[in-house]
Amino acid sequence: MSEKKTKRRDFLFTATTAVGAVGAAAVVWPMIDQMNPDASVKALASTEVDVSSLTPGNTLTVLWRGKPVFIRRRTQEEIDEARSVKMEDLIHPEKDEDRAKNPEWLVMLGVCTHLGCVPLNDKGDYNGWFCPCHGSHYDTSGRIRKGPAPWNMEVPKYEFVNANTIKIG
Amino acid sequence: MSDHDYRPKSKAGQWFNDRLPLLTLANHLTDYPTPKNLNYWWTFGGILTFCLITQIVTGLTLAMHYIAHADMAFESVEHIMRDVNYGWLIRYIHANGASMFFLAVYIHIFRSLFYGSYKSPREIIWILGIIIYLLMMAAAFMGYVLPWGQMSFWGATVITNLFSAIPLVGEGIVTWLWGGYSVDNPTLTRFFTLHYLIPFLILGLVVLHIWALHVPGNNNPVGIDIKKPSKDTVPFHPYIVIKDGFALLMFMIVFAFFVFYAPNILGHADNYIEANPMVTPAHIVPEWYLLPFYAILRSVPDKLLGVVAMLSAILILAVLPWLDTSKIRSAVFRPLYKQFYWILVADVLILGYVGAMPAEGLYLLVARIATAYYFLHFLVILPVLGFKEKTLPVPLSITEPVLGGSPNLAAARNKESKIE
Repeated sequence: MSEKKTKRRDFLFTATTAVGAVGAAAVVWPMIDQMNPDASVKALASTEVDVSSLTPGNTLTVLWRGKPVFIRRRTQEEIDEARSVKMEDLIHPEKDEDRAKNPEWLVMLGVCTHLGCVPLNDKGDYNGWFCPCHGSHYDTSGRIRKGPAPWNMEVPKYEFVNANTIKIG
Repeated sequence: MSDHDYRPKSKAGQWFNDRLPLLTLANHLTDYPTPKNLNYWWTFGGILTFCLITQIVTGLTLAMHYIAHADMAFESVEHIMRDVNYGWLIRYIHANGASMFFLAVYIHIFRSLFYGSYKSPREIIWILGIIIYLLMMAAAFMGYVLPWGQMSFWGATVITNLFSAIPLVGEGIVTWLWGGYSVDNPTLTRFFTLHYLIPFLILGLVVLHIWALHVPGNNNPVGIDIKKPSKDTVPFHPYIVIKDGFALLMFMIVFAFFVFYAPNILGHADNYIEANPMVTPAHIVPEWYLLPFYAILRSVPDKLLGVVAMLSAILILAVLPWLDTSKIRSAVFRPLYKQFYWILVADVLILGYVGAMPAEGLYLLVARIATAYYFLHFLVILPVLGFKEKTLPVPLSITEPVLGGSPNLAAARNKESKIE
């Protein structure tokens, strides 16, 4: 008799706790999710850049989603240097052909993959970029070659809208 | 504790105290028996309380003029400095107050390390202290972001990016922390909110820290358990109050020196340049009080392991009461530990120095050796020392070495045990 009563209580206790936990989670989630990027931040997801003034060997830096994007019009030497590297020499192996579909144009996030600083142009041991914060060296394809950064600089989604305009995002 | 028997003298006092025993608490705090041999290293608890109150009061007043918006924050700080009545003074007290707070907390922590204050039965006091220290670092970091200068922006970028080292979810966490795809206005507003909240969390933890302290009572330079109250103790008021007050005055002279004569010496000139997401300053350095940990982060060539090493360097302190196997608390009676203690002090200072230097060449080598030694101290030297070290004889009471007078220790011990 008493055992039966205990079981009924156990059931009520478990059911209450379960419903309570679901309820608490339902309340907590909006509190957490409100910190994620909001609609207005997401709305700024793409930007168009006029690159007609860019001559070979120069870099244009534009802001996209609050981050700098490097648009580099590479010289033939830089392209040759990037394409002649052996895959086994790379920390994060990626072919230059995959990073720059149009070899003359390298478009990538100007953000060091170590801790997010902006690397400096035409610096470092590999003639590409050098991050002054913690000493990461990138080559002419923006690939990590030396230093603490784990990955190559990220290539965002982009396309040529026409011959002079790149749309990032 | 005898103070539970306390009864206020006045009728009104009794009436109130029966309903809310605040007077009993006040009586406990004034009569609280304190070891009579506490030296000036013990005055930093009071100094730290002063620092916390100073930061809260100056912070509240600054918040009346500051604007937490990426477009206006930098200007509003300049507005505080130039236009607001005494704004420069309040801001300089707040900014240098953070440094003074850390100066005091480091002395307070190293006091504990020297005299073994973290050992049983004071582990909870110690762990609460480490949590307070962690919150202090979080508050200081977020506070440094608010002026929205170049160091603010890039410091925030580098520190939040530490979370990207976490496998799989790292990038998602960083985006969540930022509220966007980079450090920007949403980041600034939430940092302001948390910077405002944390001091009050610290205040609550300080109450627990002191509460936990008042259970076993203070450790003391001799590091022995004492009877309370006894001839080894004095009441907190007026003895300790006066001593703490005097030390606080001395501390405030140092504080005032920085505020009035060198208000920017501990800061970085780059933070008077408004935040620019397109340009990273050539040399990013955190505030001086975070430098040793920054050096540890940079000394590890792997991103994830660097972050793990840095966090471990702080969290290892939380388990210190169990890493130190020696039963003797005070370094006064531990000839070997005393030497290793000073080596550790030097090691942390060296880490702080190389943390401010570029991470290359000799600096990097020194940082690596010093990092290795830091962990060696806690993980190897301390546990082994407890078993190997030949400690000196510990007196039975605080008064014994002074009043016992007898060159014959055994006689003194006999006498002491008879009194007991």
